[in-house]
Amino acid sequence: MLNLQNIVKYFHKGGANEVLALNDLSLDIRQGDFITVIGSNGAGKTTMLNCMAGCFFPDSGTIALNDQDITGLPEFRRAKFLGRVFQDPLLGTSASLTIEQNLALADKRGQRRGFGLGVKKKDRDRFCELLKQLGLGLEDRLQACVKLLSGGQRQALTMLMATMVRPEVLLLDEHTAALDPKTGAQILELTQRIVETQRLTTLMVTHNMNQAIKLGNRLIMLHRGRVILDIAGEEKKNLSVENLLERFYSLGGADELSDRMLLS
Amino acid sequence: MTWYAILGAIEQGSVYGLMVLGVYLTFRVLDFPDLTVDGSLPLGAAVSSVAITAGVNPFVSLFFALGAGFLAGMITGILNTKLKILHLLASILTMIALYSINIRIMGRPNLTLLGKPTVLDSLTGLGVPAYLAAPALFGAISIVAVAALIWFLHTELGQATLATGDNPQMITSLGVNTDMVVIMGVGLSNALVALCGALVAQNQGAADVNMGVGTIVAGLASVIIGETLFGKGGVTRPIIAALIGSIAYRLAIAFALDFRVGELAVSPSDLNLITAVIVVLALTSPQIKGKLARK
Repeated sequence: MLNLQNIVKYFHKGGANEVLALNDLSLDIRQGDFITVIGSNGAGKTTMLNCMAGCFFPDSGTIALNDQDITGLPEFRRAKFLGRVFQDPLLGTSASLTIEQNLALADKRGQRRGFGLGVKKKDRDRFCELLKQLGLGLEDRLQACVKLLSGGQRQALTMLMATMVRPEVLLLDEHTAALDPKTGAQILELTQRIVETQRLTTLMVTHNMNQAIKLGNRLIMLHRGRVILDIAGEEKKNLSVENLLERFYSLGGADELSDRMLLS
Repeated sequence: MTWYAILGAIEQGSVYGLMVLGVYLTFRVLDFPDLTVDGSLPLGAAVSSVAITAGVNPFVSLFFALGAGFLAGMITGILNTKLKILHLLASILTMIALYSINIRIMGRPNLTLLGKPTVLDSLTGLGVPAYLAAPALFGAISIVAVAALIWFLHTELGQATLATGDNPQMITSLGVNTDMVVIMGVGLSNALVALCGALVAQNQGAADVNMGVGTIVAGLASVIIGETLFGKGGVTRPIIAALIGSIAYRLAIAFALDFRVGELAVSPSDLNLITAVIVVLALTSPQIKGKLARK
């Protein structure tokens, strides 16, 4: 479905700070996959996600969606088939607009916007129903400004906005990392519920090994800009943190292993 | 202050209110400090004056001014989004270029409209006295502009414009081409400013290449005064506040011109200094208030 083929991406190419962020990375995401992505800091997880989303174009390699080449498609056009949730809970919503205005914007993802009214009366009931699923009482605050919401509430709203028009692929970039553990767990549970009910193809970057093992049907590990581990099915179900670490050591990543990853 | 001076302030406040709406659209909505306005105000004046001199109906000439202003704004937007020039610098470049263009359009640095028809004739022709015609007509036009802008910002496109200024990353991920929104938004803003310039020229009977100096500062002062008096938040309120701020600003100026302590009197040439001080005070007052509260 979404296919990355030999992607190479340098940052600051030719300069003193040249970084090879993606090193001949290939990945084939199949319909219905829920992939968790792990790797130490600087392994290229976020770069890979941003590359899929079209925030920048790769130096070489191709990206294809359903066998169509989308390598040169700008970010705003890819939005039509991608849903995204960012690490920073403030990035996914517009603070100065109301909850219903944000939802109405998301409701038009990938469609032409014209001179029709932004928030239509007939949409409100549907928005209410959607917000009820969150169980945060936001359905009674349709006209509240989003800046009044907490980080967790905003991230829950972003999850809803990313999926209210069904995306072909859902990209989650450490979307619980900036939240407190309890809120993070709630958002994770919401993620699981939405992904399961809508049968979404999902890519989730995480720093938490337990999360990566528990969720999804496939786990990939990035290291120095390429996929060094790709585990799916039965093998993934039997995975534990210990043998994941073991495999990581044996692949020569020991010196790169960050404290953050060990502690999580 | 005389009743006559108050009426004059309302007239000036309404006509410059169009410019203030334009400045509000870039400065507050798009988060794009746009100095193009110092050039697009005389641009509108020049285009309208040349058109009237060539025999075009004064009302039709306003549409020419709108179009010219829109183009000027679009150029600033393209310089910023496509050529990646810092917004402030992009707008200064357009502003400087417009100085030459405005002289080219008029063929000289200024153009008089004495004896030529203007939009005000439509009212004075009906027997409305001249001192009432200008505030009435300009007031009506600015109220229409306020209503139109409020409507626009509630449309799908308008909401996307608001979100572009607030959170470009988010609205891009929802499929909006933010470059296009910025180009169109800055264009719309400068169209309003050029319309203002055209009306000012017709009102004072001349277009002058230097009439735009200090426009941005007056616009900012009006926006900020409006926010202080009328509050911000929401979509509708700040737009009405911008128009009220414009009138309040002109009233303050009229009041300042009456100001006299012994030998010392405020002259019209001091206005830019006064305006700059107002903007500095308004921009820093929240910090000063915060500091005082902490003590």
